[in-house]
Amino acid sequence: MNNKNILLEVRNLSAEVAGIEILKGINLVVKVGEVHALMGPNGSGKSTFAKVLAGHIDYTVTGGEVLYQGKNLLEMAPEERSRAGVFLAFQYPIEIPGVSNSAFLRLAYNTLQAARGREELDPLEFDDFIREKIKLVEMDPSFLDRSVNQGFSGGEKKRNEIVQMAVLEPKLAVLDETDSGLDIDALKVVANGVNHLIRPDNAIILVTHYQRLLNYIVPDYVHVIEGGQIVKTGGKELALELEKRGYDWVRAEFDAARAAA
Amino acid sequence: MSAMLETLVNQPYKHGFVTPIEEDVIPKGLSEGVIRVISKKKNEPEWMLEFRLNAYRHWLTMHEPCWANVRYPKIDFQEIIYYAAPKPKKKLSSMDEVDPELLRTFEKLGVPLHEQKALAGVAVDIVFDSVSVTTTYKKKLAELGIVFCSFSEAVQEHPELVKKYLGSVVPPTDNFFASLNSAVFTDGSFCYIPKGTKCPMDLSTYFRINTQDSGQFERTLIIAEEGASVSYLEGCTAPKFDTNQLHAAVVELIALDNAEIKYSTVQNWYAGDENGVGGIYNFVTKRGLCKGVNSKISWTQVETGSAITWKYPSCVLLGDNSIGEFYSVALTNHMQQADTGTKMTHIGKNTRSRIISKGISAGRANNSYRGQVKIGPRAQNARNYSQCDSMLLGSSCSANTFPYIDVQNNTGKVEHEASTSKIGEDQLFYFAQRGIGAEAAVSMIINGFCKDVFNQLPMEFAVEATKLLGLKLEGSVG
Ligand SMILES: Nc1ncnc2c1ncn2[C@@H]1O[C@H](COP(=O)(O)OP(=O)(O)OP(=O)(O)O)[C@@H](O)[C@H]1O
Ligand SMILES: [Mg+2]
Repeated sequence: MNNKNILLEVRNLSAEVAGIEILKGINLVVKVGEVHALMGPNGSGKSTFAKVLAGHIDYTVTGGEVLYQGKNLLEMAPEERSRAGVFLAFQYPIEIPGVSNSAFLRLAYNTLQAARGREELDPLEFDDFIREKIKLVEMDPSFLDRSVNQGFSGGEKKRNEIVQMAVLEPKLAVLDETDSGLDIDALKVVANGVNHLIRPDNAIILVTHYQRLLNYIVPDYVHVIEGGQIVKTGGKELALELEKRGYDWVRAEFDAARAAA
Repeated sequence: MSAMLETLVNQPYKHGFVTPIEEDVIPKGLSEGVIRVISKKKNEPEWMLEFRLNAYRHWLTMHEPCWANVRYPKIDFQEIIYYAAPKPKKKLSSMDEVDPELLRTFEKLGVPLHEQKALAGVAVDIVFDSVSVTTTYKKKLAELGIVFCSFSEAVQEHPELVKKYLGSVVPPTDNFFASLNSAVFTDGSFCYIPKGTKCPMDLSTYFRINTQDSGQFERTLIIAEEGASVSYLEGCTAPKFDTNQLHAAVVELIALDNAEIKYSTVQNWYAGDENGVGGIYNFVTKRGLCKGVNSKISWTQVETGSAITWKYPSCVLLGDNSIGEFYSVALTNHMQQADTGTKMTHIGKNTRSRIISKGISAGRANNSYRGQVKIGPRAQNARNYSQCDSMLLGSSCSANTFPYIDVQNNTGKVEHEASTSKIGEDQLFYFAQRGIGAEAAVSMIINGFCKDVFNQLPMEFAVEATKLLGLKLEGSVG
């Protein structure tokens, strides 16, 4: 593995929100073609990590650095990060009343196209384009005319996030609990959609609580985050072990190792 | 985010230039003498002078209204110029005689006056300070019996129509500013659509205040005879001055049996600077009378300018089955104040009205919706639906809704919905995460918010309105 394959490198990242330190030294290296699962108890900092990567202004980075494609990600504006290929599927997607889903998707797509010096699509061309994309997650076309996420069920919102991912074709996608809220069939559909979007030149960080998702999207690494730190990293079998044993033992091991050091 | 949104509406006003043009001006101040001079300059018949003088005498007994939710220093009515007209005032027979400086002014404003260059399918009347300078497509319209001319010309050429309808919807005693207008109005537009005629093009008037300290008191009268229909557009701008100028217009619409009038305004008078210095006081009375059965009057307004807007385009639904509509977007920024809304007065049976009001407030601006729905005792089965939505950008602005409902017939049905929303930080972050910057995001949210109103505007106006809101909001984010 050489450095060229490194898409994301997070070094000793710490961050706070509302004056409280949440991330306390995260280290993570993600190479192209990899799928990383990020697991951990509620409130451990998974979404915080995702939002820091995406550049949410509520979160202040207090230490460490993040290199994305070799560049300092932290000094880029959120929209620049997006245009550079960083995508976040939100744990709680936001509703935008009055703005139709298709208009939103088209603006996002065309903004990206313009940033890359590529041709934008007019509404008719985009309509053809988007109708293909939504098939990936078996979304009904009627959702295109509705306001963005407004009145969508939990599962529908998650599906919509993946449609956006399909439109923007990111390099680094962070999917924050995209599986929660999906019924059993929908989980298969959405996971299948995500699998179709995995290419040798991109990477995915899957935040999840459930091993189930990882049966469909098989991770190369599983990380456990606790108290704002990655306390254990393993292969896909780690998720199975967590499912059986919970998180306490991971923390205990980590603390013991630290005490010994 | 608030830091981003606080700065939201800082686009420089691009219509704020003054045209260096020689003008014929009556010195500041108001008296019976001044009114007589105005009337004389316009060569008016005796009844017109009487109308003015009666209005003036009544006005002297009135007090400036203070119920609106707006604050401004007392206006000194002796400090206003009541008549200013570009020289020469000789009647123009063709566009070639218009002062080239004026033509350039309107070209700068994006209103081409040469008919061959004119907006396709729109006839334009131009009111510059106190007088109408030109009307396009007049001949073509005349072939259909449609009269579209300046108000002064109508007084000369169609005195019987003016006499019959002037003041019939907004009487000279109606309110303080309407009385003042009735006494001193100088020009405006007049439209008459004969029986059974559908006006084949949009009629449009473009108002421009040019002289500092001059007031603009225009008068518009539109009559749609039985079965006639017309769509009328009004646009307005003014130069930037650091003093305030008064704009007190009166618009009267009359729709007879089965007639339909659609009246659209994009108002972009100078709004004053970000500290509230200068700007137009826009105190306007607009009212339509659905006089005939099955008649319909529809007001659409996009109000983005003026230091203060005080304006309630209204419908009196006299004819059975008549319909009144009011669609409004009012944007206030910096120190702008707006108290605007409508009055729907249901008198006839089965009358229906619909009110869609969208208020957008940014900076330290104050935006109020004030609306009255009145269902009279004879108005069997009258229906009203009102929806008043406010959107706040930032935390230093405010929005209020004052609905007044008066139902005197128990078969009447009135529905009122209201909402207030803010553009949230998380919404902007969501857009940003999809690569869309804050300005484009705000503009998209605002356009979505205004969609129901913009959909009512004729295409070209809708495009202009969308652009205008975008400009007004540019620089306010980021
Ligand atoms: N804006 C905020 N204001 C205050 N506290 C916050 C804010 N955002 C996050 N936190 C706190 O930071 C901690 C980590 O939250 P985060 O959302 O990252 O957890 P998570 O690991 O994603 O949990 P879950 O599995 O429940 O989604 C929590 O204690 C949360 O309450
Ligand atoms: Mg979370």
